[in-house]
Amino acid sequence: MKKHLAVLSALVAASVALAGCGGGPGGNAAAEQPADPADLTAEISYGVWGENVAEATQRVVADFNRTYPNVKVNVQVTPYKSYWTKLQTQAGSGTMPDVLWMNGPNFQLYASNGKLAPITGLVDAGKIDPANYPQALDTLYTYEGVRYGVPKDFDTIAVFYNKKLFAEAGVAEPAADWTVEQFTQAAKDIRAKLKSKDVFGVTATLVDGGQQTYYNTIAAADGHVISPDGKRSGFDSPEAARGLQVWADLIAADAMPSLEQDADTSALSRFTSGRAAMFWSGSWDTKLIADSPIAADVAVAPLPRDKRQATVIHGLAHAISADTENKAAAEAFLTYLAGKEAAVTFSELSGVISAHKGTQDSFLTVLPDANLRVFLDGAENYAVPYPVSKNSAAWGKFEPELLPDAFSGAKPVAEAARAMAEAMNQALEKE
Amino acid sequence: MTAGTTAPGAGRTAPAPGGPARRRGPGAGQGAWPLLFVGPLVFGVAVFYLWPILRTAYFSFTEWGVFGGSTWVGFDNYARLVTDPELGRAALNTLAYTAIVLLGVPIALVLAALLNRPGLRGATLYRTLFFLPYVAMPVAVAQVWKIIYNGDYGILNWALGLVGIEGVYWVSTPGWSLVATAVLGLWLSLGFNIIILSAALRNVPRELYEAASLDGASPARQFLAITVPMVGRSVFFVTVVTVIGGLQLFDLLYALVGTANPVMRETKSLVYLFWEASFPSNEKGYGAAIAIAILVMTACVTAVQFLLQRKWVHDV
Repeated sequence: MKKHLAVLSALVAASVALAGCGGGPGGNAAAEQPADPADLTAEISYGVWGENVAEATQRVVADFNRTYPNVKVNVQVTPYKSYWTKLQTQAGSGTMPDVLWMNGPNFQLYASNGKLAPITGLVDAGKIDPANYPQALDTLYTYEGVRYGVPKDFDTIAVFYNKKLFAEAGVAEPAADWTVEQFTQAAKDIRAKLKSKDVFGVTATLVDGGQQTYYNTIAAADGHVISPDGKRSGFDSPEAARGLQVWADLIAADAMPSLEQDADTSALSRFTSGRAAMFWSGSWDTKLIADSPIAADVAVAPLPRDKRQATVIHGLAHAISADTENKAAAEAFLTYLAGKEAAVTFSELSGVISAHKGTQDSFLTVLPDANLRVFLDGAENYAVPYPVSKNSAAWGKFEPELLPDAFSGAKPVAEAARAMAEAMNQALEKE
Repeated sequence: MTAGTTAPGAGRTAPAPGGPARRRGPGAGQGAWPLLFVGPLVFGVAVFYLWPILRTAYFSFTEWGVFGGSTWVGFDNYARLVTDPELGRAALNTLAYTAIVLLGVPIALVLAALLNRPGLRGATLYRTLFFLPYVAMPVAVAQVWKIIYNGDYGILNWALGLVGIEGVYWVSTPGWSLVATAVLGLWLSLGFNIIILSAALRNVPRELYEAASLDGASPARQFLAITVPMVGRSVFFVTVVTVIGGLQLFDLLYALVGTANPVMRETKSLVYLFWEASFPSNEKGYGAAIAIAILVMTACVTAVQFLLQRKWVHDV
């Protein structure tokens, strides 16, 4: 864990600068709790996103209700894509869920507009101990010296691969120190051998944001998506072009599905139905893969190195709405969510890497023979922060509009990347 | 609306019993009863339709903060709208979609005529089958069609392959994605149109057909010379409803093509632009301006339809 403190600090470079050392508003005392938890009667909502969270959230609520039998928690699951749209509207009308999931790209927007309740009171009362979480994640959810979130989990990217398909194609499985060149060659070789069986070398999401793909290859090429101070786009650099080129080449060589094919059949479905030998994705997909028919054939390799080795790291937090009408119940629930028991539940049932100290090993049991430690090693040794700015969504929306031209070969990669950089810089100037 | 006047078009409806002499305006001797009956409807329309339209019109002159709060910016949003490079494309896409879905009206008329043929066995079953899609959730239907349209593994391309045609990636190829969406929209609208047109067909007096067949008119001739004119008003109704529905294209596009599909750039509809501006981009003032533009456009198209109606819809 100590390594996390150092490595994850990269994650918060931008927010540290903004956070400063100001004391912030004091007096954010925790709401008064009744002496007997059974006396606390309330109904609160819990806003979450994702596909594989139902079981874990239900269990967490049930466990919480053992101590607080009279607090009814309504779980609101929203697909990730519409979660932020919905939350923004809810925030505008003061109807956000009482307890909710928050992520890095959106946190500053909500905290700076007073939409989240500080958790300072719970920390002062000793109910939540920030030392239980990687310091960098704790700092990520601190704005102007005030804590607004308790780190829930973190994720890194790696290559899931299908051992059976590698063996069928007669291609050697990835080595721990493999290079982008070796990765590309493996993908092409597998496609050449298994094309008749409709198997691609690699599949990954290119149009729905680059977290699983080009953010990593750009970082590995020593480039960046956004400058460390969060003011300028890095897409117009030769390094970024190099990172994007990897994917354009794979599609051009037919080692990877075209954008049309990928839009029709998602990368995850293609991989879990045995139609692709490799799948670049985040630790959050582990559970879905573990539940798929190919689970027994899956192993995980670290991302290949280019000029360096790199994976994007990101982490979620639990937060309380500033508009909550049941602060006592919301804080009681948050306190439970911040604890070790909930962290283990999330690790085991939704297969995420929980942020709470000493719970990471339960993530490894989601797919015991797949070398999942790669995800933890990535976080410790070569992670780079997820690119964010104060209004990340304002430029993120240009990626699915402008970058497909680079991947499909409709435009030279550098040209499409320049167009993206221009649009992004215009959006950044408005922040 | 003054008491005692005859509103234009009132002559088309059946005259009130007792003739015009006894006709009285609202409130004349009836007390508050008429108001009481229309009250709930007027209240509903005012609260859920008129007030939001007025608010939207107001917001179209404002700029919004991230979490609400608006400032007056005058005509800025409209100035931006007329120079928005995406607007023309979206308008064309919307009109193209509407045109394709409109083909469903003649198709529905033919199907309704077939279903209405005397002595057809299982007519109720067929009618139910055609109507089923209309009561299904469009988003759920779109998910099923997405699988049908799938370029690699879809049943459509499989069937085309049997006859030697190589299919494309229907929802992911520029151009085709809009056609694929429109075909789905057409199919979804058939059920409703068939029900309305069937009802109209049943009101056509059977003697007309008998007389025509005595005169030696073929079934096709009977369809064109009797059926089509006799159901003109219903055809007009479903046409207006279909056009208004077509101009509001959003949910099918969102569910079938999807936001993360590279072809979405070329396939956006006007309402999609509105949604994109209002929610993901959170420019609610600009979104309101787009909404008002769509409202005006829909009103104009419908007005034109009503004008043209006089030329081809026969009073029965």
